[in-house]
Amino acid sequence: MGLAGFEVEVQRETDGVLATEDMTLSMGPQHPSTHGVLRFVVRADGEVMKEAIPDIGYLHRSIEKIAEKVGWHGFMPYTDRVDYVAAMPCNQGWAMAAERLAGIEVPKRGEYCRVIATEFSRIHSHLLSVGSMAMDIGATTPFTHAIREREYINDLIEEVCGARLTFNYMRIGGVAWDLPPAWREKALAYIDRFEPLIDEYDRLISYNKIYVERLAGVAPITPEDAIAWNLVGPNLRGSGVRFDVRRDEPYSVYPELEFDVPVGRGELGTLGDCFDRYIVRMREMRESCRIIRQCLRQLPGGAVLAKVPRNFKPPAGDCYVRVESARGDMGWYVVSDGTSFPYRVKIRTGSFAAISMIQKLSKNLMIADLIAVIASLDLVAPEIDR
Amino acid sequence: MQQLVDSLFSGPPPVPLWLCYLAAMLLFGGIVVFGFVLPMAGTTTWVERRIAGRIQSRLGPNRTGPAGFLQWLADGIKSVLKEDIVPTHADARLFKLAPYVVMSGFVLAFVAIPFGGPLIIADLNVGILYVTAVTSLVVVGILMAGWSSNNKWSLLGGIRSAAQIVSYEIPAGLSIFPIVMLTGALSMQSIIAGQGWQPWSWNLFYSPFTFVAFFVFFVSALAEGNRTPFDLPEAESELVMGAFTEYSGIRNLLFFMAEWGNLYVIGAIVTTLFLGGGHIPGEARLADAPLLRVPLQFVAFFLKSYLWVIVAIWLRWTLPRIRVDQMMVMCWKYLVPIAFVNLIGTALWMVFFPPALEPVVRALLTAATVLLLVGFVRRIRFHLRHARLRRMDLSFNPLSTASVPR
Amino acid sequence: MPGLDAAAIHARLAARFGDAVGALEGARRDNASATVAPAALVAVCRFLQTEDALAFDCLSNLSGVDYPKRNVIQVVYNLYSYRHRHPFALKVDAAREDPVVPSVAALWPHAEWQEREVFDLLGVRFEGHPDLRRILMPEDWPGHPLRKDFVEPEEYHGISTSRESLLKA
Repeated sequence: MGLAGFEVEVQRETDGVLATEDMTLSMGPQHPSTHGVLRFVVRADGEVMKEAIPDIGYLHRSIEKIAEKVGWHGFMPYTDRVDYVAAMPCNQGWAMAAERLAGIEVPKRGEYCRVIATEFSRIHSHLLSVGSMAMDIGATTPFTHAIREREYINDLIEEVCGARLTFNYMRIGGVAWDLPPAWREKALAYIDRFEPLIDEYDRLISYNKIYVERLAGVAPITPEDAIAWNLVGPNLRGSGVRFDVRRDEPYSVYPELEFDVPVGRGELGTLGDCFDRYIVRMREMRESCRIIRQCLRQLPGGAVLAKVPRNFKPPAGDCYVRVESARGDMGWYVVSDGTSFPYRVKIRTGSFAAISMIQKLSKNLMIADLIAVIASLDLVAPEIDR
Repeated sequence: MQQLVDSLFSGPPPVPLWLCYLAAMLLFGGIVVFGFVLPMAGTTTWVERRIAGRIQSRLGPNRTGPAGFLQWLADGIKSVLKEDIVPTHADARLFKLAPYVVMSGFVLAFVAIPFGGPLIIADLNVGILYVTAVTSLVVVGILMAGWSSNNKWSLLGGIRSAAQIVSYEIPAGLSIFPIVMLTGALSMQSIIAGQGWQPWSWNLFYSPFTFVAFFVFFVSALAEGNRTPFDLPEAESELVMGAFTEYSGIRNLLFFMAEWGNLYVIGAIVTTLFLGGGHIPGEARLADAPLLRVPLQFVAFFLKSYLWVIVAIWLRWTLPRIRVDQMMVMCWKYLVPIAFVNLIGTALWMVFFPPALEPVVRALLTAATVLLLVGFVRRIRFHLRHARLRRMDLSFNPLSTASVPR
Repeated sequence: MPGLDAAAIHARLAARFGDAVGALEGARRDNASATVAPAALVAVCRFLQTEDALAFDCLSNLSGVDYPKRNVIQVVYNLYSYRHRHPFALKVDAAREDPVVPSVAALWPHAEWQEREVFDLLGVRFEGHPDLRRILMPEDWPGHPLRKDFVEPEEYHGISTSRESLLKA
């Protein structure tokens, strides 16, 4: 594939005696830092980049076409793979789309289980995100600490649904299994232990002078740009736009829960820089802990799964359902033609928008900054390529 | 060492004297390199991996040998047995030569590094200047490695590294000058002789200027050794291994030994210049018992040097890395001016400060450092208490019938 | 819900563009849409974006759907307004043999990539797009995979695209 389609103009400048040329580097697809299989064609003048052009498609698995073949129920495990770092919201998006089309109502307890699972998934994903971000900036230790905490969440969720990464926990109409006995106490004990650790993490790395200097003021994105380029989630909130699908387009039982929506304020640099996006994720983890506590307190009894026919045939029509995934507003545009196979599934993900912005952001950034930007936008390749 | 050789022969030796000296030098050099430097570099990798593991809330190597102590031997054997890969379009001669240049730059320093007491291969009268000069050879090696790999990322890493090392030579050198001025000689043993075993008699506490010079030197030496926070040339998330990306097997091993051994060289220089070398209490009384005194001096020197190795390891696993332009700014806009101020300050101090007040200054600085260390230890204990980490066992037993999936 | 509801948005569109905008389809907030003639698409989008009461500052989703039975490829634009927090959807039908739709990349910068994806997977050409080329599939991939009649090529650069079933005796 080489540089086909990326014929960049190599500029030769002859200033006086010395003829200089831009260096064209290919960062990826095998690279220790890019978050998944990504590739950037970097045109650089030494250390300073003129442009970094993303090249995607290395992880394209045609999940959307697979939906048309495996049917409504059968597609649920595939939704995990759309974003395997935070898989529960993907499950939820698909289930909600199918339920909207068929007019199915999920029992209350099922909704609460979904929210608990989604919020744990959010913490799970943010831990990986901030950990890899710290590791990309050079501090390996916060990464291992984040992974250690993730292991506990893995254990908790394994007890609920049997899987550690791709859960297949939700079903159309609710969730597959109820919470096991004594799980509630374990989850609360974990949240009690985890919340002070966020403070410890802050003390370790968040306000470390070197870390702040690497991130503050790097690639600031104005709120208008963020909206125009379709950024969502912590990327959008890092630029100061206080929008959260859970609060502004509510679904499930989020209207009954109390939580804040943290936004970046440009406290240590410019509004919308890498540090803002990072600190928004740290604060969101705290909010997720709050939500989980409320859910575990308010958990009602009853069934967790509504009666849904095995041969599920929603009436013809379409819908566009949005859920707040860890990476932001994930949109599911689903078209049904009345048969037991979806007609079209289009998944709109936050990372796709974020990576499209990199070409614009990368002008006159240093190569080391490109790493910081990629990490702060929390790109994951499965979301981009599907 | 020269006296040692002379004392072996009571009369004219059977072979020419210079041949004896040469043989002795090679012998001592061999003993030092193979008996001390290489095992110490290897052991430092073990120390680093265990410390890194504990900092990162995991164990580190713990299978090969007690507490994983033989891991470095195993890795060494593995590296030696690996396939010898030279990239196709790489400049083969430079590619193969580069590790040896780097290794030479590193090992040659040990000619003039003292080991405590009278132990030194050659007490050159330009000791510290020689060490600084010879450790700069690694720049050539790294540039060769980066260029000959035929890999743009390696080239970037090599150039970054060259820029970094060359830049940080300046504050490092400038921080050595105050000590040289103080001692009046460049020779390592003279510098050590100018200090005593008591902490307040060390060069570190002579004046506030030498105190600051110590920190400037340590930071610059870390930068020269490509250690985090200055490990941009080897930034793993960007350049895999920087200039050394294409290297595998023995060549890789040599580069890494040079890096880890360099930590000890830094520690040794710091100990010589600032921390009083290998003096032990009661040296004068043991002047006639070298078999007792010399090992003690060796241990004292080694412990002081190794402390700085451990500090360097600690810094590596705690701090993120700084960017190239920030690193250059720090060197040229901060460290170089501070180093110049130190130099001039020390000179003025030596001339104008009343010698009678010197013990007072030394006592004050020592007391201040002790207080800082005590405060530091208390802060660490506060953090440990605050963390409230208790082990949780959240794993579930899959054979339990308590929760059966529907 | 804050903002205008779908009927009000559609009323404004109809008032402004008349026949170019079809009837309001979809009864719920998440599927309210109107079909727009391709020629009027850019004008409609610009109106939706710049009109103060509408202010659709974000093209949230752009998908293509292949309807071989109706012989069209439908391009669906899910718009959202962050200012007013209201959604709306536009649908454009393009002839299946040679689908051409005007590009809105000048209005919403991210549309550039979204339209490239629809081009790549369904073959819809976007007129006025600054850089229309494949984005997910390799540059030399034959065909457009999401079409209903897409047949996977037997091999790609000498690599076979099928594997023998291990279930055969």
